[in-house]
Amino acid sequence: MHAIALDSKYGVPTVAIHTNVFEKAVQSVTRMHGMPEARYTFVPQPVMGKTAEQLRAYVDGKSPISGRPVMQEVIEGLTRPAEGDRIKEVKFERSTPRMVDPDTDDNLQRVFLENNWTDKLPIVLPTEKRVAEMLAHTSHKPDEIAGHIRSNQFRQHWEFTVEKVAVNAVMAGAKPEYFPVILALAASGVSARGSTTSSMAAMVVVNGPIRNEIGMNSGTGAMAPYNHANATIGRAYGLLSQNLQGGSIPGDSYMGSQGNGYAYGTVTFAENEERSPWTPFHVQHGFKPTDSTVSIFTGCRSTAFTLGVREKYWREHVRNMLRGMDAHSAPTFLLDPIAARQYIDRGGFDTKEKLIQWVYENALMPAGEYWDYQLIQNYIYPRATFGEEPYASKLKAAPDEMIKMFKPDEIHVVVVGGETNGYWRIMGCNYQKTVSVDEWR
Amino acid sequence: MSESTNGTQNILTLNPVGFAPKVSPKAMAPRLESLDGKTIYLVDPRFDDSGLFLRQVQDWFAAHMPSVNTKLVEMSSVYTKDDPKTWEMIKANGDGAIIGVGH
Repeated sequence: MHAIALDSKYGVPTVAIHTNVFEKAVQSVTRMHGMPEARYTFVPQPVMGKTAEQLRAYVDGKSPISGRPVMQEVIEGLTRPAEGDRIKEVKFERSTPRMVDPDTDDNLQRVFLENNWTDKLPIVLPTEKRVAEMLAHTSHKPDEIAGHIRSNQFRQHWEFTVEKVAVNAVMAGAKPEYFPVILALAASGVSARGSTTSSMAAMVVVNGPIRNEIGMNSGTGAMAPYNHANATIGRAYGLLSQNLQGGSIPGDSYMGSQGNGYAYGTVTFAENEERSPWTPFHVQHGFKPTDSTVSIFTGCRSTAFTLGVREKYWREHVRNMLRGMDAHSAPTFLLDPIAARQYIDRGGFDTKEKLIQWVYENALMPAGEYWDYQLIQNYIYPRATFGEEPYASKLKAAPDEMIKMFKPDEIHVVVVGGETNGYWRIMGCNYQKTVSVDEWR
Repeated sequence: MSESTNGTQNILTLNPVGFAPKVSPKAMAPRLESLDGKTIYLVDPRFDDSGLFLRQVQDWFAAHMPSVNTKLVEMSSVYTKDDPKTWEMIKANGDGAIIGVGH
C-alpha cells in the first residue's frame, strides 16, 4: 500500500518486499488500488525472530513464489519499464447483482457456501419475502446507503444499502425485530471480520430498552449459544461484515494465522443493567439510560478468568491476570454481578471509573519486558520513538522499572452474568465505538 | 416464486454481497535506466524485525553493487499510518525505494 502511494503519487520507482504467505493478499490489494503491475517480490515467512545470517540467506536466495533471485526481482522492479498488459485485469466498473439465479433449496445452500457467503454453517435463504419482512422493521428505505466497510486500513471501502444488510440478517436467522440492532452494527463501519494475521474477533455489548424488547440475554449463559437474539445478531454481524466488505477468504482477504472461535457468533450479549451496581456502559459513553445502543470492541483474542474476588490476595490475583494478558490489547473486565459487588466490598470501587483507575495503576510490567513484546515493537515502539505520549515517557524508563501497561481510557468494565456464581473474566480487546440503535428503528 | 424450501422447487434469493469501489488505474513512476550512482532508500515499516532484514539488503548492495548509494530510513510511526513527510523526503533526495518487509 505504501509502495503504491510512493510509486504512483510521489513518482518514486518503488519495490515492495513481502513474505510469501501474503501473495494473494498483495495481488488483491494492488489490483483493487488500480496498480496491478506494482513491483514486488517475496521472501520466506517469517522474518520475525530470524538472525542476521538467516535474513541474509533470504536476500541471497530465491523468491519462494517465482523461484527467481530476490535481488534480481528487486533490481528489475526498479528498472524494468511498465508493460501495461496487466492493467486489463482491473475491472473499473463493478456492480453486484441484486438477485441470485433461481435454484432449489439444496443447490442454493451449495451456491452460497461455495461463493464464501456463509460462515460454513447452513443459512436461511434470503428470499424476497423474508427480506421484505426484515425491512419492515426499519423506517429506512431499502435502497438507502447504510454505510461503508472494509477489512483493514489497506483495503478500500465497499458500500452497502439497507437491503443488503437485511439479506445478511435473514441469512443469519435473525428475527425482523432484531433488525435495528443489526443495522446499527453495519452502519458503524467497524468490521467483525478484520483480515489481520492476529485472528481477531469482535465483541458486541447491547444496552438500553432494546435488550428487553427483543428478549436478549444478559444473565445466565449470556455469552453462550442459549439465546436466539444474542446468537443471531452476532452471527448477522459476522456475515454482513464479510459479505459487505468484499469477502473474508483465508489467504486472500483474511490472514488470521490461527483463526478465532469467538468469530463464529461474535461475542454478543446485553449488559445486565438490572443487576449491575454501576452505571450502564452506554451512559458512561454519553447516552441516556433510555437510549438503545450497541458498543463494539475488536481485537478479542486473549482471555483470563477466575472465580470471585478474594479478601486476602485479590490484588495479587488481578495483577497476575493482567500481567498474563497480551500487553497490546487493553483489558475489558466482564463481571458477573456477584463479582461486581465483591469489587465494591474489597476495594471500595463504588463506580466503574474507580475500578478502572485501580486497574490502570496496577497493570504494571518491567519496561524491558514490555518493550520487547513483538506487538509492542510493531505498534507502540515506533510511536514512542517519535515522541507520542505517554509512550515516549515510558521509553525513558530503565529496563527493570515498572511501567503502566495500558492507558485508563483503554480499560473498560461491563456487567454480565446470571449470578449462578461469581466467575468473571478479562477480555483483551479494543473498544471502538458506541452507536445508536434508535436511529435505525 | 415459491417460498417453499422443500429442496425441489426453484427459489429466488437476494445476493448478500456489497458494492465494490470503482477502481481507478494508477500510473507507475518511470523506471530507472540503471541503478549506477543512484540513491535508493530502504524504507523500514518497523514491523516484525523488518529493519534487521533491510540491513541485509543494504549489505548486499555494498557487496554486489557498490555504486548504488543506499539509505536506510524508518517510517515516522507505525506501518498502518501514511507517512507523507518521509515520502516527500525520498522524492526530494532519492531515485528509488525498496519497502519491506511488511503487510
